[in-house]
Amino acid sequence: MTGDETLIDELLAGKHRALARVITKIENRAPGYRDLVSELYTHTGGADVVGITGSPGAGKSTLVDKMAATYRERGETVGVIAIDPSSPFSGGAVLGDRIRMASNIGDMEVFFRSMSARGTLGGLSTATADAVKAFDAFGKDKILIETVGAGQNEVDIVRTADTVAVLVPPGSGDDVQMLKAGILEIGDVFVVNKADMPGSDRTVAELREMIHMRDASPAAGHHGADAAAGFETPDDEDDENDENVWEPPVVETVAKSGEGVDGFLDTLDDHAAWLVETGELETRVKQRYAAEIRTLLREDTAALVAEEIDRRGGLDAYVDAVAAKETDPYTVADEVIEPLETCVRRTRSSNGNGDQ
Amino acid sequence: MSTEGEQRNIRCLVAKVGLDGHDRGAHVIARAFRDAGFEVIYSGLHKAPDEVVQAAVQEDVDVVGISILSGAHNTLVPKIIAGLKEYDAFDDTLILVGGIIPDDDREELLELGVGAVFGPGASMQETIDFVRENAPER
Repeated sequence: MTGDETLIDELLAGKHRALARVITKIENRAPGYRDLVSELYTHTGGADVVGITGSPGAGKSTLVDKMAATYRERGETVGVIAIDPSSPFSGGAVLGDRIRMASNIGDMEVFFRSMSARGTLGGLSTATADAVKAFDAFGKDKILIETVGAGQNEVDIVRTADTVAVLVPPGSGDDVQMLKAGILEIGDVFVVNKADMPGSDRTVAELREMIHMRDASPAAGHHGADAAAGFETPDDEDDENDENVWEPPVVETVAKSGEGVDGFLDTLDDHAAWLVETGELETRVKQRYAAEIRTLLREDTAALVAEEIDRRGGLDAYVDAVAAKETDPYTVADEVIEPLETCVRRTRSSNGNGDQ
Repeated sequence: MSTEGEQRNIRCLVAKVGLDGHDRGAHVIARAFRDAGFEVIYSGLHKAPDEVVQAAVQEDVDVVGISILSGAHNTLVPKIIAGLKEYDAFDDTLILVGGIIPDDDREELLELGVGAVFGPGASMQETIDFVRENAPER
C-alpha cells in the first residue's frame, strides 16, 4: 500500500506518469483502487466537467481537439477522456480518437486518455467518474468526456459531466429523429457541427423547434429569461424550477477550421455559471453521488452473490435444474439470497445499524 | 472487501514515427492485437517522437510498438526511449520495433532497451505471444 500512497502524492504533485497509472488502476479495478479513489475525493471539486456526445462521424474528436486548444489559449489546463467501444468477443479494442488530437501536439498540459468499454454493467460509468476525480485532483481546469451517444451506458457516462453537449451533423433528418429517443433529454447545449455543409440551417431550425417542444416554453432568449415563467405545459414534470429554466441553446461550429468554437466554449461557461447561480449544480452533484453509491452497492452485492453461487458449485447446476423443471429461477434466487438476508438481519439486530 | 474482480487488459500503442507513410503493417498489427484481446491505441501517421512519448505516458500503455520502414530508426527510436525515461515510463514499458531494420542495427536497438525487433516474415502469432509473455508486470 505504500506504493499507492506515493502514487497519490506524486499525482497531487503533478507527475503525469502517476496520473496515468492511477487511471490505469481505476480502469483495471486493480487491488486497492478503491482506497486510491477515496483518497482523491478530498482533493476534487475544482474542475468544470463537460460531456460531448453524438453519433459516430459527427465530429466529436475533432471538436474536442479544437476545444482543448482553445482552452489552452485561454490559459487553462485540460483533461480528456475518450471512450470507444470494445469487442464483446475478444475484449480487444482499437482506440482511435487520439488521432484527431492534432492541435495539441507535444502539449502535456492536455492530458488525453482513451478508455474502452470493458463490458461490465455500469462499470464504465463508474470508471469514468473515478477517472474524472483523478483529473480533478491532479488540478485540471476543464475535463472533457467524449463518447458515442447511443444507449443507456453512454447516457450514464455523460451524466458524470456537469454540462452535456450533443453534437448533431447537419442535413440529417433521420439523426434528429433518433435524438428524440433519449439523447435530446440529456443535452444542455446542442452543437450543429460541420455547419458549413448544406442543410445545416435546416438542422438548426429543426433542433430549435424540438427543444421548444421539449421545454414547451415559447419564450425566446438563450437563458430561459425569468419572464418565461408560467408557460409550462403539464406534460413536462421535470421542470422543478420554473423561473430558472435553462433552454438549451443551439450553436454552430466547424470543428475542422475551429470556427464557432470560441462561441461554443462561452456557451458552456454560461451554462456552468447558470448551474452555480440556480443551485442546479448542487442538485446534480448530489444526484451523481447517489447514482455512484447505488452502482457501487449493486456491483458489490452482485460480487458477493457471485461468490456465494461459486461456493454452491456454480450457476450451471441451477440452470440444469431449472431446465429439467425441477425448480425455477425465482426459487433459486431465493435460495441463494436467503443466507445473506439472515446474516444481514442478524447483524442489524445485534448492533443496531451495521453495514460493511 | 476482496470482491473487486480485477480486469486487466494489455494496452498497446501502435505508433508510426517520422516521414514514413507506410501504415499497412501498423494497421494489420493493430487489428491482430485487437483480436487478441489487447486495447490498441493507434497514433496515426507521421508522428514526432515527442508525440509518441506523450501518448505512451498519458495512455499508460504496457507496450509501445514502433513501426518504421523509412530507415530512420537509429535516430527516432533513441529519441523515444529518451523521452520515456524523462517521464519515468521506460522501465516498465515493453518497446517493440517493427519494419525494415537491417540486421546490423538490430543489436544496437536491443542494447538501447528495445524488447524485440520484428521484421518482414515475423508471424502475427509470434508477436502476440511475445507481448503476452513479456508485457511488464505492474
